[in-house]
Amino acid sequence: MTELVAQSPDDAGAAPETMQWESRTRRMMLIYLPLCCFVLILLFPFYWMAVTAFKPNAELYNYKAHSPFWISSPTLGHIRHLLFETAYPHWLVTTMAVAIGATFLSLVASTLAAYAIERLRFRGSPYVGLAIYLAYLVPPSILFIPLATVVVRFGLFDSPMALILVYPTFLVPFCTWLLIGYFKSIPYELEECALVDGATRLQILWRITLPLAVPGLISAGIFSFTLSWNEFIYALAFIQSSANKTVPVAILTELVTGDVYQWGALMAGSLLGSLPVAIFYSLFVDYYVSSLTGAVKE
Amino acid sequence: MSVTTIPSRVVSQRQPGWLTRLFDYKPFLIVACLAPAIGLLMVFLTYPLGLGIWLAFTDTTIGRGGVFIGLENFEYLLGDPLWWGAVFYSVFYTAVATFGKFALGFWLALLLNNHFPLKSLVRAIVLLPWIVPTVLSALAFWWIYDPQFSVISYLLVDVLHLRTSNIDFLGAPWPARFSLIAANIWRGIPFVAISLLAGLQTISPSLYEAAMLDGATSWQRFRYITFPMMMPILAIVMTFSIIFTFTDFQLVYAITRGGPVNSTHLLATLAFQRGIAGGELGEGAAIAVSMIPFLVFATLFSYFGLARRKWQQGEAND
Repeated sequence: MTELVAQSPDDAGAAPETMQWESRTRRMMLIYLPLCCFVLILLFPFYWMAVTAFKPNAELYNYKAHSPFWISSPTLGHIRHLLFETAYPHWLVTTMAVAIGATFLSLVASTLAAYAIERLRFRGSPYVGLAIYLAYLVPPSILFIPLATVVVRFGLFDSPMALILVYPTFLVPFCTWLLIGYFKSIPYELEECALVDGATRLQILWRITLPLAVPGLISAGIFSFTLSWNEFIYALAFIQSSANKTVPVAILTELVTGDVYQWGALMAGSLLGSLPVAIFYSLFVDYYVSSLTGAVKE
Repeated sequence: MSVTTIPSRVVSQRQPGWLTRLFDYKPFLIVACLAPAIGLLMVFLTYPLGLGIWLAFTDTTIGRGGVFIGLENFEYLLGDPLWWGAVFYSVFYTAVATFGKFALGFWLALLLNNHFPLKSLVRAIVLLPWIVPTVLSALAFWWIYDPQFSVISYLLVDVLHLRTSNIDFLGAPWPARFSLIAANIWRGIPFVAISLLAGLQTISPSLYEAAMLDGATSWQRFRYITFPMMMPILAIVMTFSIIFTFTDFQLVYAITRGGPVNSTHLLATLAFQRGIAGGELGEGAAIAVSMIPFLVFATLFSYFGLARRKWQQGEAND
């Protein structure tokens, strides 16, 4: 690896480099310095969140005696308060259940739809694909009021089931689009072979296409999971009882009380609520980047 | 060989029941495969969209079905200074935040397009603000903008001695508006940067080499190669960004809830306040519907304004 890196400037990069008069200091000023600023600013709120979550109240509200950027005596008090004196664990479980349910539902629906559009080619299939994708452009802010009446009419108001059914509206378009791209990359000949050998269409989907599309399924799955975990406006509008709230809504509506905000507990809640997606994300970074960029390139 | 396979195929074709044969019948299979996705989207997206437009013309409230009242909701909104305020701030918010996101995001993408150690780690870190739930990072910003214990004020007053008093970020209309825009830009940069980075990586290096041989400066290379080649992706990413910034809800609801004195209401938060919190479903729906013309206009503008150039360039290149 290091050899490759060392070699390439000699072979290809030498000429442009001399032409650019790119000295080390210039490179430092133009690339590393701004990059460091970006990383610092993009990460600072998370650092601030973490520092606040472990800081005792005495330090939290006294900048004169304690530097705000560091913790002299870290405490787990805010997290203990959160886990044992509020319904936070319950909210985490609800959010997890909703996210998994919605992800599963939209993966099934969009796999089938993508397979039909890309592999069972029928007249007008590109238009169906386009129509599904256009659904992604309808923002939830326009839909939440009429959807609230629909949810009430179905008797699902204040039930996590409503969220599991509603989230696919913004997950299915994206996942279908992503999976169409993946199915396209699988050679058609493989399916023809199976068809000649007497496999049914569903057997082909289950035994041949799906195993080959696993990277696409993972990308779509983690995307759906993250988006459902982060969703806010539907969860705010459709859920009323404290027990059924998802983490983002619950922190904002249940923990923000009175005039004096418990910043320690609020930041601890935000930190804990961000951790599952952050961990999930760190495990699958490459899938994220490839699905994000793949979706844009299409 | 063929003698043994033919009987077995006959057997395997006879064995499957009518259900298997039904699922191998292509038209039925197409319908069956599309049904879940189309069904979900019809019931929870297309129908509510139509219902929302219908509700906007009624005086429905929570718990009471309304009657058709024509354009009354919209007439009321046109005379409502709060609605005009929300329209103004929505447009202002979208314009400034989109500009900031794209200027900074493009810059970051250009930086990330260089070779440097730990590149994949930096790229992973850069995406974090986009991954984490918006409301939770908005809470962090709320705390950063705290009037008394803001870390920014601390830096400016106690460390750098640039100011003598704390900044009241969220207490007055204009500071609050710009604070929200800053938080929105912070959250939007990663998506723009990573998408544009993907576009940058598709530009062939030979173009730059040719330009350098012709003696182009780095600014000319950016202006005449990078920028035109990025147009198609810029158009798509900008369309998305404009739509989702204009209809933003979470950030404003989490940090200011439209205050102080309703100066930071976006159309979405105003619709929520009137429609769900206030119970006036008809009026809330009318506010939500009033976003649609802006969205259509912004989409057409950003998509065709930028994409048309792409076609022109394409023709010139061919």
